[in-house]
Amino acid sequence: MKIGVVTFPGSNCNADAEFGATITGNTAVRLWHKDTSLPSGLDAVILPGGFSYGDYLRTGAIARFSPIMQSVIAFANDGGIVFGICNGFQILCESGLLPGALIRNEGLSFVCKDVHLRVERTNSPFTGALTAGSVLRIPIAHGEGRFTAPADVINEIEGNNQVLYRYATSDGSIAAAANPNGSINNIAGITNARGNVMGMMPHPERACDPLLGSTDGVSVFASLALELSSR
Amino acid sequence: MKTYTASIIVSLRRAILDVQGKAVENALHSLHMQGMANVRIGKHIELDVLAPDIDTARATVEEACAKLLANPVMEDVHIDIAEKAAGASA
Repeated sequence: MKIGVVTFPGSNCNADAEFGATITGNTAVRLWHKDTSLPSGLDAVILPGGFSYGDYLRTGAIARFSPIMQSVIAFANDGGIVFGICNGFQILCESGLLPGALIRNEGLSFVCKDVHLRVERTNSPFTGALTAGSVLRIPIAHGEGRFTAPADVINEIEGNNQVLYRYATSDGSIAAAANPNGSINNIAGITNARGNVMGMMPHPERACDPLLGSTDGVSVFASLALELSSR
Repeated sequence: MKTYTASIIVSLRRAILDVQGKAVENALHSLHMQGMANVRIGKHIELDVLAPDIDTARATVEEACAKLLANPVMEDVHIDIAEKAAGASA
């Protein structure tokens, strides 16, 4: 399966995302922010982490209007699988493909550390290789990762079971102390109502090799591979 | 066509905790400026817009705010707009 990984000016996790895509047996295709179309036969798109366009104005605000994003938005609206990590999540919120917004961390600091994530559901294209209730240890690295949305939107997200990952303690309990950035309801990753677009602040691609301290991210890419092979 | 200058203030919606504002408020209190509260930090954007009249100019700026300059999910916008004074630098 072919997974496209977009490079924006300021992306810095694109090579890691390509690595994550390929270790689960897929082919990674490099996409450039100025491209005006996606290659034919593409099965999924990853928007990687970084600081696209310097994070000027708001995180993801300018990337959202880049030429390739018009094709990515059309791809998602056609049911294509789109996966945003960190800055990619911020771009997906800005583009309206995902609800809510990501704002300055509650503690004001850029937080770079391993966190624990509880898997909330496994019947999604992004978590099929995981076990509900299991806990992953995956790093975060962001200054603007506090997920927020108006109360009615949060109710909708929770009512539709759109939350895939929450920040948790190592034994999987959802506690304020385990919330690294002040996100509402400890939300770390969500999907859209249709289920084909997903964004998460933690970096599974940085937890795909024993040398990096954790291989828990492999199962996230394995889920993607499982979904693509079943399509 | 005339040139109008827009002054746009973008701030976090009231319902959202403004952590920068809170930190600055605490700093003010540590300077013994106890009478100050509800500090909010926002962005100030200025731009010139060419339009036939002020209503069109305002509508154009509002569209720019809705599309790019602000994110309505988390931010409120206040726009002041006036015809650019003659002789003001371009």
